[in-house]
Amino acid sequence: MPSVTMTVNGQAVSGEVETRTLLVQFLRENLRLTGTHVGCDTSQCGACVVHVNGKAVKSCTMLTVQAEGAQVTTIEGLAKDGKLHPVQAAFKEHHGLQCGFCTPGMIMTAVDMIRRIPNLDEKTIRSELEGNLCRCTGYQNIVKAIDAASKEMKGAHA
Amino acid sequence: MTAPIIGSAVRRKEDYRFITGQGRYTDDINRYGQTHAYFVRSPHAHAKLRGIDTSAARAAKGVVGVLTGADLAADKLGGLICGWMITSKDGTPMKAGAHPALALDTVRYVGDHIAIVIAETYAQAKDAAELVKIEYEELPVVVDPSHAQAAATQIHAEAPRNTIYQWEIGNKPETEAAFAKAAQIVKLDLTNNRLIPNAMEPRACVGEYDDATGGYTLYVTSQNPHVARLVMSAFIGIAPEHKLRVVAPDVGGGFGSKIFIYAEEVVCTWASKKVRRPIKWTAERSESFLSDAHGRDHVTHAELALDADAKMLGLRVKTIANLGAYMSTFSSSVPTYLYGTLLSGQYDLPAIYAEVDAVYTNTAPVDAYRGAGRPEATYVIERIVEEAARQLKLDPVAFRRKNFVRTFPHQTPVIMNYDAGDYDASLDAALKLADYPGFAARKAEAKARGKLRGIGLSTYIEACGLAPSAAVGSLGAGVGLWESAEVRVTPTGGVEVFTGAHSHGQGHETTFAQVVAGRLGIPMENVEIIHGDTNSVQFGMGTYGSRAAVGLTAVSRALDKIEAKAKKIAAHVLEASAADIVFENGEFKVAGTDRKLAFHEVALNAYVAHKFPTSEIEPGLKESVFHDPTNFTFPAGTHICEVEIDPDTGVTVVVNFTAVDDFGNVINPMIVEGQVQGGIAQGLGQALLEHGVYDKESGQLITGSYMDYAMPRADDLPSYKLGFTVTPCPSNPLGMKGCGEAGAIASPAAVMNAVTDALGLKEFDMPATPSRVWAAIHRTRAAAE
Repeated sequence: MPSVTMTVNGQAVSGEVETRTLLVQFLRENLRLTGTHVGCDTSQCGACVVHVNGKAVKSCTMLTVQAEGAQVTTIEGLAKDGKLHPVQAAFKEHHGLQCGFCTPGMIMTAVDMIRRIPNLDEKTIRSELEGNLCRCTGYQNIVKAIDAASKEMKGAHA
Repeated sequence: MTAPIIGSAVRRKEDYRFITGQGRYTDDINRYGQTHAYFVRSPHAHAKLRGIDTSAARAAKGVVGVLTGADLAADKLGGLICGWMITSKDGTPMKAGAHPALALDTVRYVGDHIAIVIAETYAQAKDAAELVKIEYEELPVVVDPSHAQAAATQIHAEAPRNTIYQWEIGNKPETEAAFAKAAQIVKLDLTNNRLIPNAMEPRACVGEYDDATGGYTLYVTSQNPHVARLVMSAFIGIAPEHKLRVVAPDVGGGFGSKIFIYAEEVVCTWASKKVRRPIKWTAERSESFLSDAHGRDHVTHAELALDADAKMLGLRVKTIANLGAYMSTFSSSVPTYLYGTLLSGQYDLPAIYAEVDAVYTNTAPVDAYRGAGRPEATYVIERIVEEAARQLKLDPVAFRRKNFVRTFPHQTPVIMNYDAGDYDASLDAALKLADYPGFAARKAEAKARGKLRGIGLSTYIEACGLAPSAAVGSLGAGVGLWESAEVRVTPTGGVEVFTGAHSHGQGHETTFAQVVAGRLGIPMENVEIIHGDTNSVQFGMGTYGSRAAVGLTAVSRALDKIEAKAKKIAAHVLEASAADIVFENGEFKVAGTDRKLAFHEVALNAYVAHKFPTSEIEPGLKESVFHDPTNFTFPAGTHICEVEIDPDTGVTVVVNFTAVDDFGNVINPMIVEGQVQGGIAQGLGQALLEHGVYDKESGQLITGSYMDYAMPRADDLPSYKLGFTVTPCPSNPLGMKGCGEAGAIASPAAVMNAVTDALGLKEFDMPATPSRVWAAIHRTRAAAE
């Protein structure tokens, strides 16, 4: 079995995996980072979104060996020094989650979205959420949370 | 004084663990020595099993065991059950076929379970499953409910003509008399499309046998762990209840689909003793599509009788309900007592007669899905009411008002006794919020742009907060539908609340804590809500049917008892008469004096027990309640949908959606709004996008993935305008009504009334996908030419 080394949430990690092992399986099963979820088997639902080298990636659509040497951030690595990331805080403030299962992927997608797109509006947020499914919220409060976090983060950088 | 906690938009206590990736769902649980399971499923919709050869699979790398239906039968395990007995109109009991957890000699739908392969890793189990050799003799297939009774195939020997029951409700002679004197009769054919629930967390379980105690533990994605334990013990016979612990940890959405007791959890629990290792199984999404219980799938003909003054005289309904290949846990109740009883809607309808034939088909079992029967009923009554208004050339608002129930309590001809409501109030508020009077101008403006604009209403009522036990028992339920609560005050004044109302997205850890904190005058963080483990909660019937109000009432009644006992203790400590003790803002005071004790001081006194006679008052401060509701609760309201259709593409856009609901007194408006938004999204999904489709010839599920089944995405949906009116529910002390399902119940009819208004069509079935809308427009044009 090939061995693989990468940095996950700032920590150097390594492991031996079958070549067919998906990145999400490595994160969940080898590293026990179970905050990243699997909601489908066709790369549609986005519950498994993590950041690889700073970009949002569906970790069910990447082999572990492809992440050799990569910098990976999962939902567990988003809060810094005990302080919630503004997107995490906004999801709580605006009731952007119910059962919580899609939430890690939604938040990781939202962080990436806010980083890429300077002026988000409702239409753009909804369109950018194309790859993330939620069955509980009807998306309205997720959109609200992302919009609020986007504005807050912009204000912080201004 | 700060704002009262009860009624405030308190942010959720449970969110922190979810937003930081620390939720603990079933698939996140790993037990020492755990193995992994994969289920061999039927690729055929209907076939005899002529032989199963597991030898190659058993010899494969990493395989721990392979078990089949024969092994289950050898251990004399019972099959899966349907817990609600329906009696046909001829007096015969429903005709249920056997439902073994692993097929014995016949498979009846694509995805039916045949064998479990258990291995060291999931990949090994899945690889080995391909080595199980099965010989099938294919049989004819029927998937369409309207063809089931005349099909050339019989799915269960017990059910001739594939008919499970032929049920009726209402009064046939009175209804026929109403139709005989009618000035006008409106007729409508309707299909309620099959839906696949799709909670985002796939079903999963870990079964574990402990040789030291001879007991089992099952971790499972369940909305009702105690009911799962009861069924697995009393009917399936895995172990007595005291030797079976069922834990439902964080559950990623249910919508009904996680109420039921499924084959996989039964088999993994049983097999864990066979292999003496814990066994984990997690569904792949494709397996969820194939084997989660589906929803809806009704075919209905309805007729409404009216007098010359447009007053409703009677309603008659004939429905064929598809229950799939086997009867799931509560499937029989959905198209009967959860459906026929709601056909009166918000209307003063003097006579109703409804017949429902439930049929077997070679499809996945159909059971409760968000709304369960009430969306189907609302769709029938609200579509035919809108159609009647169109045929009578009356404003649909005026026509509804003419027939509204206005005096309460109101006894309908179909069992329900509406206790309170104000249907004009919610209608008025919705019309205003939706700018109903401005619609004509918006329609004209859309027309100028070449777009078809339509508006539709749905003035719905539903019955939830299931349910008075004796009442449901008399209708065939095998269980009572009370709920239990236990409130334990710790010696230092913290409060642990054990509830049978499992939370899988509804936010019980917050709303229940609000009720406790508000009532006891203590901070929310001093309250812990515990649910989902049969080892800690005394018993619970679970969460479904918008019944958390039953659990909250149980908590409220337990708090009554806590307060009563605490007052007695405070009286002794303060050397006063118990009658003189008042409890306000978290303090026990001697009325008219400054002598008082804080809540935590009384708690400590209860446990040290130095200052009261323990011969009269037991030490400790812990109370429990089993609360049986005295009635259903009846949320009602008005949803208004406005659509714009592009005739060139058939694309339907919901440009405005307004919902005004009456949920009585609200504990947390933020959570209630979230429930409504999510419910409407599922209703809009049903109306515009979702459809579970089986191939008529082969019985293959055509919509078996997110590539094929159109789950609503963020850019398919609008933001909704929400409003609330309040008539407190008289049957519980907090005046609450259920809010979890109303969105999914009310909205499909509003959308389809808008779509048919825009298209100028009488009959057009859900889902209004672009291709179906485009085809309908072109059919209409061709017919006109």
